[in-house]
Amino acid sequence: MKRRFLFPALLLVMALIVSACAAPPPPQAAPAEEAAPAEGGEITLGLALSTLNNPFFVDLRDGAQAAADAAGVKLVVVDAQDDPGKQASAIEDLIQSKVSALLINPTDADAIVPSIEAANEAGIPVFTVDRSAAGGEVVSHIASDNVAGGRMAAEFLCNALGGEGKVVELEGIPGTSAARDRGKGFNEYMSENCPGIEIVARQTANFNRAEGLTVFENILQAQPEIDGVFAHNDEMILGAIEAAEAAGRADEIVFVGFDAIDDAIQAIKEGKLAATVAQQPGEMGRLAVETAVKYLNGEDVPEYIPVDLALVTAETLK
Amino acid sequence: MNRYSLGSILQRFGIAISFVLLCVALSLLSDRFLTLPNIVNVLRQITINGIIAVGMTYVILIAEIDLSVGSVLALTSIVTADMLQKGLPIPLAILIGLALGALLGAVNGVITAKFRVPSFITTLGMLTSARGAALLYTEGRPITGLPDGFRALGRGEVAGIPAPVLIAGVVFVLGWLILKRTQAGEYIYAIGNNPTAARLVGISIDRYRTLVFLVAGLLAALAGMILTARLNSAQPTAGVAFELDAIAAVVLGGTSFSGGVGGLGGTLLGALIIGVLDNGLNLLNISSLYEQLVKGAVIALALLIHRK
Repeated sequence: MKRRFLFPALLLVMALIVSACAAPPPPQAAPAEEAAPAEGGEITLGLALSTLNNPFFVDLRDGAQAAADAAGVKLVVVDAQDDPGKQASAIEDLIQSKVSALLINPTDADAIVPSIEAANEAGIPVFTVDRSAAGGEVVSHIASDNVAGGRMAAEFLCNALGGEGKVVELEGIPGTSAARDRGKGFNEYMSENCPGIEIVARQTANFNRAEGLTVFENILQAQPEIDGVFAHNDEMILGAIEAAEAAGRADEIVFVGFDAIDDAIQAIKEGKLAATVAQQPGEMGRLAVETAVKYLNGEDVPEYIPVDLALVTAETLK
Repeated sequence: MNRYSLGSILQRFGIAISFVLLCVALSLLSDRFLTLPNIVNVLRQITINGIIAVGMTYVILIAEIDLSVGSVLALTSIVTADMLQKGLPIPLAILIGLALGALLGAVNGVITAKFRVPSFITTLGMLTSARGAALLYTEGRPITGLPDGFRALGRGEVAGIPAPVLIAGVVFVLGWLILKRTQAGEYIYAIGNNPTAARLVGISIDRYRTLVFLVAGLLAALAGMILTARLNSAQPTAGVAFELDAIAAVVLGGTSFSGGVGGLGGTLLGALIIGVLDNGLNLLNISSLYEQLVKGAVIALALLIHRK
C-alpha cells in the first residue's frame, strides 16, 4: 500500500520546497554603491534595472545618471540580472536605506507587484520605466511613445514615395498595445497628411519573421503593385524583405520597420531596409529621473510620460 | 486487411471534398488564387508544416503525441546556423543539425517508452527545455547571414520545382512507402491498434516507439533547415506553436487520436487545407481581428464534413 503515502509525501516535499523559497533571500544583490539615507533636503533616487547585460539598459542608466548629476541628486543603481528574486531583494535593500523615490524597470510585470506594494507601505513613491507593473501604486510610467513612432514611420514612407503609392501594413499580434499604438499612429498620419497613399493590404504577421515571410509572399501574389511596406516590428519587415527578394521585387519596394534591432541596422547598411524606428533609452532614463525629482519637489506629474522615438536611416547611421 | 473499409474511404473522400470546396470558394472570391505562381507559392509554404506533419502522423498513429517539434526545430536551426557561420562545410552542418534533431526525438522516445512517462508530459518537457537551450545558445538573438549554398535549400529550384517542395515530396513518398509497404509500417499500425496484441505477437514496442519519436525529431530538424534557409536567419523563437498546425493537419487528414487509423494521404490534404486557408485569408485581406475566427470556423467545418 505504498500508494497511500505517495500523495502526503509529495505534499510534504512541496511544502518544504515552498518554505525554502519563501525564506528571506540572502542579500546577494547589494546596491552597487553605498546608499546613504537621504539627509535633510538631499534627494537619493533608487534605479532598479532588469538587466545591465543589454546595451539598451546601459544607455538608460547613463541617461539617468547624467540627469541625476545635472539635477544634483544621488542615484543608486541596482542590476537584477533579469532575475525577479534578485530584483525583489535589491528593492528591499533600497527601501531599507530609505531612498526618496524608486525608479523601477521590472523584470516581470507580475513579480514586481509585492515590491511596489512594500515601497507604497514605506511611503516611497514609485515610477516604472520602459515596462509597466501589473499592480501597486505607481506615480507615473515612463515609456516609448509608440503612436508617435508609427507617425514617424508614416511620414518617412510618405516622403520616400513622393506622397503617392500602394502600401502594405504588416501588423503585430492583434490586441497587443505595441501593435495597436504603432498602427494607430501610422494610419492616422497617412489618412491626415498623405492622401495619395493607398493601404492595399493590412495583415498580421504576429511580430514574427517566419510569418512576415509567408504573409508577405501571399500579399505579393495578391498585389501586382506594391511601393512600400511598413511593419510593426523589424522581425516582420526582415521576413518581408526575404519574400520580396526571392520574388525579384525587392528593388521596387521601400521597406520600413520598427525597433532598430541589430539585424535591421545591418539591413539598412546593406541598403535593403530604408528605415526603422528606434527607442531612445538614454532619453527614457533622463525623463525618469527628471519626473521623479519634479514629483519630490511637489510638482504634479502625469501618469504617463511618453518618450520620443528616433528614425534610423542610412543617413543617420553615417 | 480492413484498412480500406467503407468508413475510412468516406473519411478520405470527405477531406478531399472539403479541400476542393475550399479551393472553389477561394477561386471565386479571388482571381489571384488559382494562378500558377500562387499555387507554387502555397506548395512552398506548406512544406515546413507538411514535413513536421509526416513525423506527427507516425507519432499519432501509435497513439502518442509530440508537442516538442517546434522547439526542436528552433534548437537544431540555431545549432546548424552557428556551425555554418563558424565555417563548417554545408553538408556537415546540415548533418549535425539533423543528427541533433534525431537525438532529441530519441530522448523523447526513450523516456516515453522505457520509463512509461506519457508522451504528452515527456514532449512538454522537451518543448520547454529545447526552447530554453535555443535561447541560451544565442542569448536570445537570431543568427543571420548564411552561405548562399545553404540558402539554396529555401530558394533553389530544380526544373521549375522549388527545392523545399522537392524535399517535402521525397519525405511524403518515403513516409508513405514505409507505412504501406514495409513491415515497420505494419508494426506501427499494429501498435496503435492494440499494443497488448502487438507485444504478444513479438513486436518490440519500445523500439518502435523510440524510432517513431526519433523520426519526428529528425523531420522537425529538416523542416527547420528549410525555414532557416528561407529566412536567411535562425531564430531562437522560431517554431512556436508549430506543433498545433502539424497536429491540425494530421487530425484534419483523418488520422485518429486513439491510434492505428489514418495515413499520410490525409495528412497531405490536411496540410494543404491549412496552407490554402492561410493564403486565402491574406489574398482576401481579411482583417487580422477576424482571421483566427475564420480559420477556426473553416477547420471545424472541414472536420464536420468528413465525420459524416
